[in-house]
Amino acid sequence: MTTTYRICPRSGLQFDKDAEKLMRWHAVAGVLALLLGGIMALGVILTRWPAVKLLEADVFYMWLTAHGINMLIFWIIFFEMAVLLFASSTLLRCRMATPKLGWVSFWLMAIGAIMTNVAIFSGESSVMFTSYVPMQAKWHFYLGIILFAVGALITCFIFLGTLVVAKAEKTYEGSIPLVTFGALTACIIAIFTIASGAVILIPTFLWSLGYIREIDSLMYRTVWWALGHSSQQINVSAHVAIWYAIAAIVFGAKPMSEKVSRTAYFLYILFLQLASAHHLLSDPGLGSEWKVVNTSYFMYFAVLASMIHGMTVPGAIEQAQRLKGYNKGLFEWLRKAPWGNPAFSAMFLSLIGFGFLGGISGVMMGAEQLNMLIHNTIYVPGHFHATVVIGTTLAFMGLTYFLVPVLFKRELLFPGYAKMFPYLFGLSMYMVALVMMGAGTLGVSRRHWDMAFAGAPMAYEWPGAAYLMMGLTGIFGVIACVSAGLWILQIVFSLLFGKKLEEGETRSTPIPLTLPAPTPGGAAHPPATPGTMVLALIFLTAFILYYFVNWKYLSSLWGMA
Amino acid sequence: MSAILPPSERIWWNQPIDKLEFTWIAIALVWSLAMFVMMIWWHIYGNQNLANETYKTTKEMYAAKAQAVVDQYTVRTGTEAEKQFPIVKPPAGSDIYMIGRLWDWWPIYELEQGKTYKLHLSAMDYMHGFSLQPQNINIQVHPNYDHVIKITPNQAGVYSIVCNEYCGIGHHTMVGRMYVTKGGE
Ligand code: HEM
Ligand SMILES: [Cu+2]
Ligand SMILES: [Cu+2]
Repeated sequence: MTTTYRICPRSGLQFDKDAEKLMRWHAVAGVLALLLGGIMALGVILTRWPAVKLLEADVFYMWLTAHGINMLIFWIIFFEMAVLLFASSTLLRCRMATPKLGWVSFWLMAIGAIMTNVAIFSGESSVMFTSYVPMQAKWHFYLGIILFAVGALITCFIFLGTLVVAKAEKTYEGSIPLVTFGALTACIIAIFTIASGAVILIPTFLWSLGYIREIDSLMYRTVWWALGHSSQQINVSAHVAIWYAIAAIVFGAKPMSEKVSRTAYFLYILFLQLASAHHLLSDPGLGSEWKVVNTSYFMYFAVLASMIHGMTVPGAIEQAQRLKGYNKGLFEWLRKAPWGNPAFSAMFLSLIGFGFLGGISGVMMGAEQLNMLIHNTIYVPGHFHATVVIGTTLAFMGLTYFLVPVLFKRELLFPGYAKMFPYLFGLSMYMVALVMMGAGTLGVSRRHWDMAFAGAPMAYEWPGAAYLMMGLTGIFGVIACVSAGLWILQIVFSLLFGKKLEEGETRSTPIPLTLPAPTPGGAAHPPATPGTMVLALIFLTAFILYYFVNWKYLSSLWGMA
Repeated sequence: MSAILPPSERIWWNQPIDKLEFTWIAIALVWSLAMFVMMIWWHIYGNQNLANETYKTTKEMYAAKAQAVVDQYTVRTGTEAEKQFPIVKPPAGSDIYMIGRLWDWWPIYELEQGKTYKLHLSAMDYMHGFSLQPQNINIQVHPNYDHVIKITPNQAGVYSIVCNEYCGIGHHTMVGRMYVTKGGE
């Protein structure tokens, strides 16, 4: 079997044709999941908008389950598998290991995704994506997720195999690129994640078939979050790698320091999966010492790593821009950035939203005692829409604009919409996240069909501000759903009807990378990055203020010991 | 050259770190440590800490204990919306048992402001979420675990307990109540 390589004339990247096809299929499958999840989002948001209340309770919980699973698991992981293939075979300019197995993995994932969706939509499996016991779904709900995970696991090993191939066939010199290193981090965490998933979901599957009598709910939550939380670390590693990649593609930006960025990734591997305790801070039966050590010692090292990436990515851009001569004042480099390039604007909005909204709220609610203020309120989805939608999804969507000509060889249709899209979707999601956090601060529950408690004998009346916030969630949520829907149409139309672009040269032997010579002197003294530092300090100030405001709030509550 | 190519300096781990980058790492580290100390400090000096006291129990055992408290200290039965609920007024310092089940919180307790009680939480079927409003104290409630929390209400009033862990189709109807009186009444 021979491998064919294609040199993309638009980017200079070299694609193994087998790998390229797999990347395309994974990306398309991911976008289909996003489409389904997006339709569900519209139903969910229109139901949580108190003045609209679209769906009946049973349909709402079914759609909410489908929304969580299709978005968080199927869309994101399908796309991540494409990123793994890209970061290995394309960036290292080598052949992909075991392409046949790649298809086995793809179909396992696809069949798993379909099976779980069938279970959800045939009813009796509205258990939310966390599927907490003792609430039980149909057996094929669990089996579908297990098959999907096995498929993803195989692709993780293909990724590792491809790294070995590149090393053995010497297609690159020195160390792997930073972006590949980030993908490697994601891959290692993914393997840990899937192993935890197997530990908890296989027994749950057997329980749904009646082979196991009972599963302890606390044990389930503890192990489940080893899966659920670490999988978020896969997302962070992947979208940070994409930030670096887009900075490199758009600006030719070079990491400020390879050592720092790689160490920060390494901290993710060491500490992130252990931080899952912050999902259990308001649970009984787990000691405070364990909670504090787990969330601070472990989580803060991961937080530290994210704070480092959050500075080094814009820092690298600032350096690249200053080298090009945008040197005036603190922020000329930023003002003169290509704000009309959707890959860049999506990446930058992703970075700022992830840090300011997702990061600060996440650390606040990860403090042991503060967690009681927001546990299970709609604050929590507010937080993670800032991380997985603004952070991960928006970065993936921005990258897709780059991939349409490069990977799919089509010209993008409606480029005017592409210019607007990151702002439309990104900023409306900023608002969705913010107002959900606002409603959650007032106590409004997550996963809740009716905040007016229709039919409850002793209904509670939320303050008017809570209704206002949920109404705003509805309005901005609709904008977000519609703009994401148009994005999907744009991509699908471009893939089907966009002008076919030139393939580029194909050949049967890879062209190894030629490394640019190290730049003596020049690279040793890159320009300083005062603008980035000012941004970072603004971030820190917001962080500290918000953190202590919440302690103040906590101190006004009933005494508890 | 850039992040999608191998590092151009082969010995990249010896490259010096940018001064501002280093400063930021130092600041971020100090802040992380401060947040760590904050949690411990609050355990010592703060008044709101979730208790660690938890016992394995069974649904039957827990229900029996709750029933005993209700039998002993019920002062009246509710009227109107509360009509199925006993209103229970145990003395300060006692153990009070709250049951979460599909789809109510049982019974209704009447407590005194400034007095301390040992509130027990457990679920009879699925998990439930104890969400005390408008205080906004939120605690996960598991079946087969008896979670004991010492609470000291600091303000008189009528409180609601909203269920905020999804527990099936009637989840949104699961709202309980708790009274706090000024005391001495
Ligand atoms: C397109 C715009 C989107 C809107 C308007 C939206 C809206 C919402 C809302 C309002 C909820 C909370 C409902 C509740 O708890 O009662 C929710 C839940 C959720 N969303 Fe989204 N969402 C969107 C996109 C996404 C994306 C892209 C992802 C993942 C990548 C995502 C992942 C989730 C997850 C995991 C949940 C939790 C479900 C659960 O509690 O079981 N959402 N969404
Ligand atoms: Cu409940
Ligand atoms: Cu509930």
